[in-house]
Amino acid sequence: MRQKLPEPLGSEITSESLYLRRREFLKSAALFTGTAAAVGTGLQLLSHRPTGGGNSPLLGVPGEAPKVARPRGPYDTDERATSYEDATTYNNFYEFGLDKGEPAQNAHTLKPRPWTVIIDGEVHKPQRVDIDTLQSWFPLEERVYRMRCVEAWSMVIPWLGFPLAGLLRRVEPTGKAKYVAFTTLKDPEQMPGQKYPVLDWPYVEGLRLDEALHPLTMLAVGLYGRVLPNQNGAPLRLVVPWKYGFKGIKSIVRISLTEKQPPTTWNLANAREYGFFANVNPQVDHPRWSQATERRIGEFRRRPTLPFNGYAEQVASLYTGMDLRRDF
Amino acid sequence: MAAPPYPWLKPAVLVGGLSPLALLALQFAQGTLGANPIERTLNQTGMLALIFLVASLACTPLKGVFGWTWPMRLRKLLGLLGFAHASLHFLTYAVLDQGLALDAILEDITRRPFITVGFLALVLLVPLAVTSTNRMVRRMGFPAWRRLHRLAYVSASLGVVHFVWRVKKDLTEPLVYGGVLALLFVIRVAEALRKRRARAETAVSTPSA
Repeated sequence: MRQKLPEPLGSEITSESLYLRRREFLKSAALFTGTAAAVGTGLQLLSHRPTGGGNSPLLGVPGEAPKVARPRGPYDTDERATSYEDATTYNNFYEFGLDKGEPAQNAHTLKPRPWTVIIDGEVHKPQRVDIDTLQSWFPLEERVYRMRCVEAWSMVIPWLGFPLAGLLRRVEPTGKAKYVAFTTLKDPEQMPGQKYPVLDWPYVEGLRLDEALHPLTMLAVGLYGRVLPNQNGAPLRLVVPWKYGFKGIKSIVRISLTEKQPPTTWNLANAREYGFFANVNPQVDHPRWSQATERRIGEFRRRPTLPFNGYAEQVASLYTGMDLRRDF
Repeated sequence: MAAPPYPWLKPAVLVGGLSPLALLALQFAQGTLGANPIERTLNQTGMLALIFLVASLACTPLKGVFGWTWPMRLRKLLGLLGFAHASLHFLTYAVLDQGLALDAILEDITRRPFITVGFLALVLLVPLAVTSTNRMVRRMGFPAWRRLHRLAYVSASLGVVHFVWRVKKDLTEPLVYGGVLALLFVIRVAEALRKRRARAETAVSTPSA
């Protein structure tokens, strides 16, 4: 077999046998090309995952940058923020698909307005409140926090929101309130991933009351000075910067104060791997990988993971006397 | 010996088989693999390794069930492509992901079953790759060579287990590969039993590969 497609023949008279060989060769070349293309395409289809990014539309109607109350707060990190593109196209939000690129592609079905949040349980002033009303109760602050996922990657995100403590004080917890339970919307029409029982829907999360009241804990309604995109948990999400990302429950419809420790989704799914506290801890490995280091999105080399994600000074006192290996 | 039919088949599978890797390398260089290119590279090389291994193990059953002989001419190539992608998968993990932090890598391999089985799957492929040449088949003798190369099944199964343990929650995809592998294994066992019975009946022993 010759190795190149034949040059167009000149004016020489070709012998019949050569002519037939050429026919044979062209046929083989076509079959070769077709087979190679089919094999390559098939493999690509089987192994390729959506990247998100690049060409996915920006969601969440990025609005005007709201007026931010403070330029830089005492808890802000001065580390470089992750790019908006990465933070909004690399998400774990199983309600919209299991691959990290899928939420950015699929979350347009979520309707973040109108949106009602219920605040109830062990409170003196239970509320059913529209998201815009709720937002109007508090001045919005920008907080630049590190975000550490349990999968050993991390980001730096400028959130826009308000401390959860403000909302909790407003509804006046009773003396029985010891925990705060959060619930995500359950609506398979808006959240197509909920058609599959990958997790127990709706997603639920919880904090101990003192964690919830800590000044670092916030409810976010935006990031990068814009309205929260759907794939990042519009219109209201929790941000607890010293805990693994899965604690930051998205698209919240209900906040309940409870006497008992509430169930939390990933803990229900796999208690051995995901604890209730989920504090970032380089000393306590995930059963399948080390938590000692992390990859900051946008960086090539791993960096050491900090105890409590670098917020130990502010939050370590919440856990004095606790065995963090047992209560992970 | 006459030239085998379809002379284009093997080179086509080689070129097509390497094309996803070429595309991945290109996208990596261009920075178009999304927010976490290393994770993407890991997932895709691992996936491709498993696909090639399962495909190479499908060649013999295809001959048994449909009487096709052409897949047999691809078996070695598919196995070697599987080994190449598995090696790249490990190198991606060791070099790009872990930055060659040997203590961390050793701890992973020894202490985390998920990594242990993946690493073992790769290690088992090494003797198979080394003995993949016709010369080695002749040197070892065919029965011994065939026994050794049954390790391909063990390796692919470990690969599936590694995949099952990697995913956080959704087992669909790993179980599809596990199912295909189980099916191929059942076909093979059935073939072996059929042959054994046929041999017992005719009392003629002419084992065919």
